[in-house]
Amino acid sequence: MDVMPKWAEVILVPLISLLLAAILSALVILGIGEDPVAAVKLMVTGALGSTYGWGYTLYYATNFIFTGLAVSIAFHARLFNIGGEGQAMLGGLGVAIACLYIPWPHWSMALVGAAVMAGLFGAVWAAIPAWLQAKRGSHIVITTIMFNFIAAALLNYVLVNLMRPKGSMDPATARFPEAVNLPTLHDILAPFGIAFSKSAPANVSFLVAIAACFVLWVLIWRTRLGYEIRAYGHSESAAKYAGISPFKIIMITMIISGALAGMMAINNVMGEAERLVLNSTEGAGFIGIAVALMGRSHPLGVFISAILFGFLYQGGAELALWTTIPRELIVVIQALVILFTGALDNMVRMPLERIFLALRKRNAKAAEGSK
Amino acid sequence: MDYMTLIQLLDSTVRLATPLLLACLAGLFSERAGIFDIGLEGKMLAAAFFSAAVASLSGSVWIGLAAGIGASMALSIVHGVASITFRGNQLISGVAINFLAAGITVLIAQSWFRQGGRTPSLMGGGRFEAITLPGAEAIADVPIIGPLYSELISGHSILVYMAFAAVPLTWWLLYRTRFGLRLRAVGENPAAVDTAGVSVVGLRYAAVAICGVLCGIAGAYLSTALQAGFVKDMSAGRGFIALAALIFAKWRPWYALYSTLLFGLFGALETRPDVIESLIGIKMQGQLLGALPYIMTVIILAGFGGKAIPPRAGGEPYVKER
Repeated sequence: MDVMPKWAEVILVPLISLLLAAILSALVILGIGEDPVAAVKLMVTGALGSTYGWGYTLYYATNFIFTGLAVSIAFHARLFNIGGEGQAMLGGLGVAIACLYIPWPHWSMALVGAAVMAGLFGAVWAAIPAWLQAKRGSHIVITTIMFNFIAAALLNYVLVNLMRPKGSMDPATARFPEAVNLPTLHDILAPFGIAFSKSAPANVSFLVAIAACFVLWVLIWRTRLGYEIRAYGHSESAAKYAGISPFKIIMITMIISGALAGMMAINNVMGEAERLVLNSTEGAGFIGIAVALMGRSHPLGVFISAILFGFLYQGGAELALWTTIPRELIVVIQALVILFTGALDNMVRMPLERIFLALRKRNAKAAEGSK
Repeated sequence: MDYMTLIQLLDSTVRLATPLLLACLAGLFSERAGIFDIGLEGKMLAAAFFSAAVASLSGSVWIGLAAGIGASMALSIVHGVASITFRGNQLISGVAINFLAAGITVLIAQSWFRQGGRTPSLMGGGRFEAITLPGAEAIADVPIIGPLYSELISGHSILVYMAFAAVPLTWWLLYRTRFGLRLRAVGENPAAVDTAGVSVVGLRYAAVAICGVLCGIAGAYLSTALQAGFVKDMSAGRGFIALAALIFAKWRPWYALYSTLLFGLFGALETRPDVIESLIGIKMQGQLLGALPYIMTVIILAGFGGKAIPPRAGGEPYVKER
C-alpha cells in the first residue's frame, strides 16, 4: 500500500518543490538588491499581459513541450537523455535541408516534410548512444553529453563550410523560401475574429506540440509498446522475464525521444528564424529536463510546466530589458527547479510521508475508539 | 616544425591541461567513492568567478583562491546532501549544479561589478604570477636542454606545479593509505564497508569534499592564472572534457595525467592550425579537433580499444536497511 494518497504524490510534492524553488529564487533576487514582488509583476505583465507577450510565451513553450516530452519518454524507460540539446540541433539541420533543397508547393506539405526530416535527424543522433548503451554497455548519460558537444562541432562545421551562402560572413544558412513560412498564431486566429499580435513568433507548431502530447499519452498508457517501456523502466529483470527485449526497448524509446527533441526545430528554425543559425536551440534541450521532472513525465504535466517555463523565459527577457536583472536569473530558477523536483525529491517526500503516516494512525485509532 | 615551436606547443599544452587535470582528479575522488559527478563544470565555473571577484576586491589572489575553493565546496555540499543524505539522483543533481553555477555567477557579477557579467581585470597581487625556477635564466642559452627547462618546465604559476604534484599524491592516498582503501571500497561495495563498521556516509562526504577542493583550485586557475579575470561561461565545457579524460584514464590517477595532457595538446593544437598542416600535410578542421576528446571518449566508453569499467557502486545511493 502506498504511504501517500495519489493526489499528494501527483500534486502536493511537485507544488512544494516548486514553492521551495520560488522562495530561493526570491531570495536570490533580494540578494542582488532587487525587489522580487516588482520583478514578478513585471514578468507577469511582460509575458501574459498582451497577446504579444503570450505569443512569445507560447513560442518558448512549444520548444519546451517537445524537449520535455523527449526527456519524459526516456524517463519512463529509466533512461536519462541529456542529449536533447544535440538532437534538437541535428533536427534543425534536418529542417534546413528539407526547406532549402526541396521546392515545396505549400507550407502544410513543407511542415510534414520538415517534421519528418527533423525527427529523423534527431532520432539518428539519439540512436547511436542508445545502441552503444544496449550493445556495448556505455553509460547513456555520458554518451549523450558527449554527443551534444559533437553535434555543436558538427553544426559549426556544416554551417561554416557547407551551407553558408557565398559571400556571407555569418555562419548561417540562406533564408528559407517564402513558400515554407509557417502561419503564426496571428494568421490562424484572424479568420475567427481574434486579434493576436502580428510580430510574436508563436506559430502552428504549437498545435503540433499539443498533438504530440496527446499521441505520447496514448503511446505510453494505451498501447502495448508503452506498457513494455514502463515495465522495463520499473524493473529490467522483470521485463526480461516477461519476454521484453531490453535492446528493443532502449532503441525504440531513444529513437522516439530523439525524434521528439529533433522536431523542436520546426518551431525555432522553420517557424521563427526561417533559417538555421548557430546556437538556434538556446538551451531548450536542457530545459526539457526541468520540464520533464516538474511534469512528472506525464504529457499533461509536461504541457503545464512547459507553459510555465515559457512564461519564465519571456518574463525573464522582459526583466533583462527593463531592469538590471540579467536573463541568467532564469537559468538559476531552472537550476533550482531541477534541484528540488529532481535531486532533492526525497527531502520533500520523506517528511510528507511521515505526516500522512501519522494521520493514518490517528484515524485508525479514532475509528477503534468509536466502536 | 622547429624545436622552439614544439616547446611552445608543449608549453601551452601544460597550461591548458592543468585545469583539466585538477578537475579530472576531483572527479576521480568522487567517482571512486561511488558518487557520479557531472557537476565538475559548474563547480569550476563558480570557483572561477568567486576567486576572481574576491581577488579583485581584496587585492590578494590567495584570499581569492580560498573564496573559490569555498564556493566549489558549497556546491559539493549541495551535491552531497542531494545524493548521499537524501539518496537523490546524482546525475540530476549534477545537472542542477551546472545550471546553478552558470546562472548565479553572471547574476552576482552583474550585481557586484556591473560590467556585463565579468569581473574587472586582475592586476599585480590579484593574479598568480609565473614562477621562474632557480637556474632557468642561467641555462636558457644551452641548446636543447636550455629552452626545455626555461620555457617548458619553468615559468608556470604555482597552481600548475600543485596540479602536477597532486597526481602522485592522489595515487599515494588512494593506493597506500587506509583511507584510500576504504574510499575505493565504498565505490565498489559499500555494504562490505558498512559491515566492517566504517561509515559509508562519512567516506562519501569526504570524497565529495576533496572533489570540491580540487575543482575550486581548477576554477581559480582559470580566472586568476590562465586568464586575468572572470568572463561569463569561462569554464567552456572543460568540466565535461575532464569527465571524458577521467573515463579515458579508466579512473586511475597516473592515466588521468596522460589523458589530460593529451586533451590539453588537442586544445593547444586547435589554436595552431599551421602546425598541424605542416605535421600531417593536410588542413585539419578546428571543429574536428575540438570534438576529438568527446569522440575518443565515446569510442573508449563503448569498449573499442580497452574496456573502461567504472566503479561498481557508482551512481547508486546506499540504503542501509529497509
